Amino acid sequence: MFLRDTLLNRLRRGCETLAYPHGPAPALPDRHGGALRLDAARCPLDCAACVAVCPTQAITRLPTEPTALDLGRCIFCAECVRVCPAGAITQTGDHRMAARHREDLVLGAPGREQLRLAEALGEQLRNLFGRSLRLRQVSAGGCNACEADTNVLSTIGWDLGRFGIQFVASPRHADGLLITGPVSQNMELALEKTYAAVPDPKVVIAVGACAIAGGPFRGNPPIRDGASPCVPVDLYIPGCPPHPLTILDGLLRLLSPAGIPASF
Amino acid sequence: MNPTPAFALLTNGTALPWAEVPAWPMPEFLDQVGASLTRGGRLSSLFGVPMSEGGALQLVAVLAFDASNTLAVGRSQPFTGTFPALTVHHPQAHLFEREIWEQHGAVPQGHPWLKPVRQDHGAGPAVGEFFRVDGREVHEVAVGPVHAGIIEPGHFRFQCAGEEVLHLEIALGYQHRGVEEALPGGPHRASVHQIETLAGDTTIAHATAYAGVLEALAGTEAPLRAQWLRAIALELERLANHTGDLGALAGDVAFLPTASACGKIRGDFLNLTALLCGNRFGRGLVRPGGCAWELEPERLARLRAGLDTALRDVQQAAAWLWDATAVRARFENTGRLEASQAREIGLVGPAARACGLVRDVRFDHPTGWYRFAQVPVSVWPDGDVFARARVRWLEIQRAGEFLRELFDTAPDGPLHLPLPPPAPNTLAVALVEGWRGEVCHVALTNAQGRLHRYKLTDPSFHNWTGLALALRGQAISDFPLCNKSFNLSYCGFDL
Repeated sequence: MFLRDTLLNRLRRGCETLAYPHGPAPALPDRHGGALRLDAARCPLDCAACVAVCPTQAITRLPTEPTALDLGRCIFCAECVRVCPAGAITQTGDHRMAARHREDLVLGAPGREQLRLAEALGEQLRNLFGRSLRLRQVSAGGCNACEADTNVLSTIGWDLGRFGIQFVASPRHADGLLITGPVSQNMELALEKTYAAVPDPKVVIAVGACAIAGGPFRGNPPIRDGASPCVPVDLYIPGCPPHPLTILDGLLRLLSPAGIPASF
Repeated sequence: MNPTPAFALLTNGTALPWAEVPAWPMPEFLDQVGASLTRGGRLSSLFGVPMSEGGALQLVAVLAFDASNTLAVGRSQPFTGTFPALTVHHPQAHLFEREIWEQHGAVPQGHPWLKPVRQDHGAGPAVGEFFRVDGREVHEVAVGPVHAGIIEPGHFRFQCAGEEVLHLEIALGYQHRGVEEALPGGPHRASVHQIETLAGDTTIAHATAYAGVLEALAGTEAPLRAQWLRAIALELERLANHTGDLGALAGDVAFLPTASACGKIRGDFLNLTALLCGNRFGRGLVRPGGCAWELEPERLARLRAGLDTALRDVQQAAAWLWDATAVRARFENTGRLEASQAREIGLVGPAARACGLVRDVRFDHPTGWYRFAQVPVSVWPDGDVFARARVRWLEIQRAGEFLRELFDTAPDGPLHLPLPPPAPNTLAVALVEGWRGEVCHVALTNAQGRLHRYKLTDPSFHNWTGLALALRGQAISDFPLCNKSFNLSYCGFDL
């Protein structure tokens, strides 16, 4: 009886995995805002309203240079969007935010109003990892939000396994690390050892504002302000935490030039 | 269960001048605290306040008298060097006293297990002496800090005879980010964001406690509509996490239907929080002085519909779980904790209620909207994994009913009011029943009205000891199941 009920109920629920990437990506929550855009040309002279409200010092305005917004440091509180008198900083609603190079997350220079999205790994690495990427996750001071929204990718709703991506228990079985948290000093050694235990060639993915640049804890003495002082990072995924869709987009972008694996 | 009158009494979410907190010589202070604990008080927090000059320290105790809905605060006179450990007679003080030693160097004399709580002293948290059991058949198992899953780091050291765990010692501190140390001199621009990410799955509870403390220091409280919205967000946080826990517990006994379904439904609840404020964890919603995002009628209707669906789904997923004899066989009598143990170590939250203790801040020390609407306390007597799962299920149902009630009683008025500056030389306490249990924030301002000391106590700080005790006599293979049944925060403990 019980077995029949369980199976029947399961059948009734049907397939719960989202249609993306065959279908359109699900919409972000309307108040999420997505990636930010900075049109520094619109900044009024002598205005530094955004600099004063930014909790993570993600915005700088030097006298001779255009305003700069570092999405790696940004926790997307959107305080700058609210105070900007000129509408120079705006929300794009775009969930795609992953970048391959740290400087690609810095907006403001002419032609760099939006972030430069990550390109795929080189052909050799793509041949190795494109259909099968095994990651070891290391939380190094993470608050459990980036961890939770990475974890959710393995649930039936997202089914990360269909892209050939899987989280594994041992770094020896992994092709790379996915790091969350600002890297607390107390985790530094464990992170370095885990990195060393992953066989070459390997990739490192920093998920969340903390892992990119320390996030809200930037400057606190017991942390290292992100993963890059400890290990070389190949992919940066901004957010606090990044939406699961943003993380998924980043992972897929790494594996395929189109952002969608060839097998799809 | 009434507090000793000598203490300064206050209710949750209020403040009082520092000068009105009675200061006793150390022996008398410890006697007073000890006597209160003996009479049924609970140690919500115990911490040191460094004097502005001279390097002396004062100890401050915040005691909760749950049955009389009262908090009691007292302090020692300034001292240096050592003090007799409370832990000898009151085990619930053991981590607090280790923390005082670690943070300020004051030595609790006679403490049976004095070692660091989270600092590394240059060598890494798990480097140092562990409690050891000797014998020919005894072996030691060390796990962590990096675990086999997407989970925060911590170190577990088991003393085993064959499969049986004789003793488990838990060494944390890997997640230490210096949140508490960053607050004096503040509030700073980053403070509210550090509080929101103190324990990322408890964003609403910690942000509400933080807001409560700052509002109490300013001699005001949040507008009613903000209190109402905070209660909605807090219960959504509870729903998401309890649902995730039921799924994870099912997963740990290889019962996949519930594990799969709850993994998704948890996300549905998180998306309802994102409907409120754009962030799945509720970041940016609660702010000192009120809330930052309005819940308009149209959005409320969407929230109501989404909640109905998610509750219906979780009802089904839970029914599979409770119907399965294989699940009951694994849950029952696993990881058992007696009510007397729970009381002795000061356990809080669902873990305490699963030992039959009626202990819930929403009921015992209601603030905000919980003063006007009540959630029944969910209790189960057995103290095992089954009880901890069962309490979560009861709380899911009651949080659902409570939310539906809230939706129909929306108060009008502003959502946010400008907050006056904090009063100088004032102490404020705010407790919030987060999904793991009691979140306790205590703030003390200096003569300029800036924060002089801010003490954060996450429920995990009380409860990790509970997990260690629950493991005694268990098969080591049941550790994941027992661990999940507590599901404690590493970063909330490590600060």
